[in-house]
Amino acid sequence: MSLPVEDLDTDRSNGAGPAHSAPPARALPGSGEVNRHVLVAIVLNRPGVLNRVASLMRARNFNIESLSVSHTDQADVSRMTITLRGDDVAVEQVSKQLYRLIDVLKVQDFAGEPTVEHELALIKVRATDANRAEIVKVAELYRARLVDITEGSVIVEAAGSEPEVDAIVALLRSYGIKELVRTGTVVMARGSASIEEALKR
Amino acid sequence: MTITKGEPAGAAAPAAARAAARPAGPTTAAPPQGPARQAERHGHVPHDGTAGAAAIEQARNAMLRDAKPLKRSRIGADVVCEALLRQGVDVFFGYPGGVVLPLYDVLGDYPELRHVLVRHEQGGAHAADGYARVTGRVGVCLGTSGPGATNLVTGIGTALLDSIPMVAITGNVPGALIGKDAFQEIDINGITLPMTKHNYLVRDADDLPRVFAEAFHIARTGRPGPVHIDITKDALQQETSAQHPTEAEVIAGLPGFRPNFDGHPRQLKVAAAEIARAKRPVILAGHGVLHAEAWADLLAFAEKTSIPVAWTLLGIGAISEDHPLAYGFMGMHGWKHVNRAIQSADLLIAIGMRFDDRVTGNVRTYAPYARIIHVDIDPAEIGKNVAVEVPIVGDAGRVLRALTPMVEETPPAARADYLAELADWRAESEASSWHGSGAWREGVLTADFVCERIGDLTDHQATYVADVGQNQMWLARYAGFRLPNSHVSSGGLGTMGFGLPAAMGAALGRPERETWAIIGDGGFQMTSQELMTLVQDRIPVKIALFDNKKLGMIRQWQEIIYGGNYHSAHLLGPDFAKLADAFGIPAFRARTPDEVDPAIEAAQAVDGPALVWFEIAETQNIFPMMPAGKGLSDLIEKWDGPEE
Repeated sequence: MSLPVEDLDTDRSNGAGPAHSAPPARALPGSGEVNRHVLVAIVLNRPGVLNRVASLMRARNFNIESLSVSHTDQADVSRMTITLRGDDVAVEQVSKQLYRLIDVLKVQDFAGEPTVEHELALIKVRATDANRAEIVKVAELYRARLVDITEGSVIVEAAGSEPEVDAIVALLRSYGIKELVRTGTVVMARGSASIEEALKR
Repeated sequence: MTITKGEPAGAAAPAAARAAARPAGPTTAAPPQGPARQAERHGHVPHDGTAGAAAIEQARNAMLRDAKPLKRSRIGADVVCEALLRQGVDVFFGYPGGVVLPLYDVLGDYPELRHVLVRHEQGGAHAADGYARVTGRVGVCLGTSGPGATNLVTGIGTALLDSIPMVAITGNVPGALIGKDAFQEIDINGITLPMTKHNYLVRDADDLPRVFAEAFHIARTGRPGPVHIDITKDALQQETSAQHPTEAEVIAGLPGFRPNFDGHPRQLKVAAAEIARAKRPVILAGHGVLHAEAWADLLAFAEKTSIPVAWTLLGIGAISEDHPLAYGFMGMHGWKHVNRAIQSADLLIAIGMRFDDRVTGNVRTYAPYARIIHVDIDPAEIGKNVAVEVPIVGDAGRVLRALTPMVEETPPAARADYLAELADWRAESEASSWHGSGAWREGVLTADFVCERIGDLTDHQATYVADVGQNQMWLARYAGFRLPNSHVSSGGLGTMGFGLPAAMGAALGRPERETWAIIGDGGFQMTSQELMTLVQDRIPVKIALFDNKKLGMIRQWQEIIYGGNYHSAHLLGPDFAKLADAFGIPAFRARTPDEVDPAIEAAQAVDGPALVWFEIAETQNIFPMMPAGKGLSDLIEKWDGPEE
């Protein structure tokens, strides 16, 4: 909240505020505008660190859309990519709460920054001799590829941003999806800046 | 700068000097006050504090030291004891069990470590908590696996919500049995994970030196908090030669733990400008002032700017209540004049407090005209509950020391109108309170009167430990606190049953102060088993039992908010005098106002623990009261609803 100083009525001799108007309501933290955010947390690879992050999210009532964990170039350091929805202040709260965890080295919100954002999906689709070629074409159109072909099904491996993967999944749905798995988003800032190099050591 | 009475070195001297002034080695129970000495203890052991006792203790220590080096090899349990000693622990609270027996097996080799055998692990955790609150040092408690560990949980949660530096140690089943649902196995690490600042599971004794050093560092550094260490039985028994790390090695090994202590210079400048502009500023002092040992800095800042100081429940003692700028206790059961000042303020300077819902009520209507400067060492507290204009992340003491030279000197005369108005509000509010009504003059024994008498008869120099409920609020408002860290209260978690065990730890932490535990009959019946610990370990806690034969705060809410539906508010109690007597504790009883002073004085004269049973009015409420969800301007000041 930002209350301009000149608007302040300091004449409150009765202590109950200006008599001519109701007291202004204090704004709650945050805008209330819900957006998608991608948080990257660089963490020490210690037992239970995933549990700590997940437990914090649950306890603080934040809903994770996707969470992806992997190694980094440093042996004892892992990287978590968390996508979630919330207003800016709420997501800032998540970052600060994450910072409180001893094993968390660095947290960054990539919303609104130039990034490369990707996820990988494996889609097992019903296939017959009649439509197999068609499925191959759809896959090619989305720069996806077939990684397994059997008599009744194919597995399509698709990579790209979340909307791109959504699109190919929607197209393949008409052939019948038997099974679908997505890794969840991973993200990296464009340019030479590196979150790993900027660790809070 | 004023130095608070009774705290000659403490108020101004740096922490190191104060630490040096503390007695080293095991702290024994406080020597009794003068007139109490005639109460003879029978036995062949000389009294504490006498030359005979000192000689025996010395001989015993020498004998045990001469027995070293150990004839056996060094095991994990030895590392635990060494680590505690290295961290300056002189007393800890524990309860043995199967998997921690290796530790108890070696404890006798470390006579400098005083172990207090509690009667329930929850009592041990609260005692460690109480010890930490009055000393500012890390409190330590210990339990076995399974039920021993789960019994500690309430105490750990209490410490977390109030940011208390604590290390809780538990044993666990041998590593090979983990995950096999072994006898007394529970995933305590998983249980304490969301309710500690950090926790560890140690399966290799070689890790113990590092883990203990890290745990103490984390517990006391930055925003304090509890750290839990779970150790498997085989790690306690395992031979090890691992060495203890230095503090520098510990810090290097914790790259993810770098609290920020100094406020940002630009933010300090903005804050100074806000303060210069403010016409109706109020300082909100919280627990952070006490954690940072910044009471002298707070006083210097308030006196230079002539800004009145209000305090939160855990901020009690941040400023002596007899100081002209000390305005009062805020929040749900705070003074009306204090809440009124906040509601009409144009600037709140919040230092080491977190705008808890018990402080703000409905945030939408909280301090509607105020801009806010928020100083807190935990960045996550800033903007969590209320939006603030000037966030400053840093240690309360360092921020105040940096800010004070930047603000203009403002004599009280420059704020004469404002301060006079606040003084009028205060006079009005105090006169209309329960206490102001003077019910005790008509022969009704009221709790506010008792609190005031306890404060006066102890010259406001004791440690006062509250339980939870009405007794807690009465104590907070009426005892009159003069010293930092003289008030102990479970604020955040509101743990009933906290009072008696916390007083136990507080008395051992500050043996030079008298310790009073103010407890309702409900809370007392939750943890009264620790009476025996008081006796066995000769801990001279004076218990003021407020018996209204009710769960008073429950009854009050039911009366006012639930239309007088008093389900489960009536609470039967035993004959508390007989109960105390069964434990060997002298008990005194007061039913009328004129019995109060003699009963308190009789308890003070006892060499050791004593209980005073105050049978107070059964239906006294604590007003004002802010109903949950309402704002600070919606205080209920009296209730004329249906009597029960």
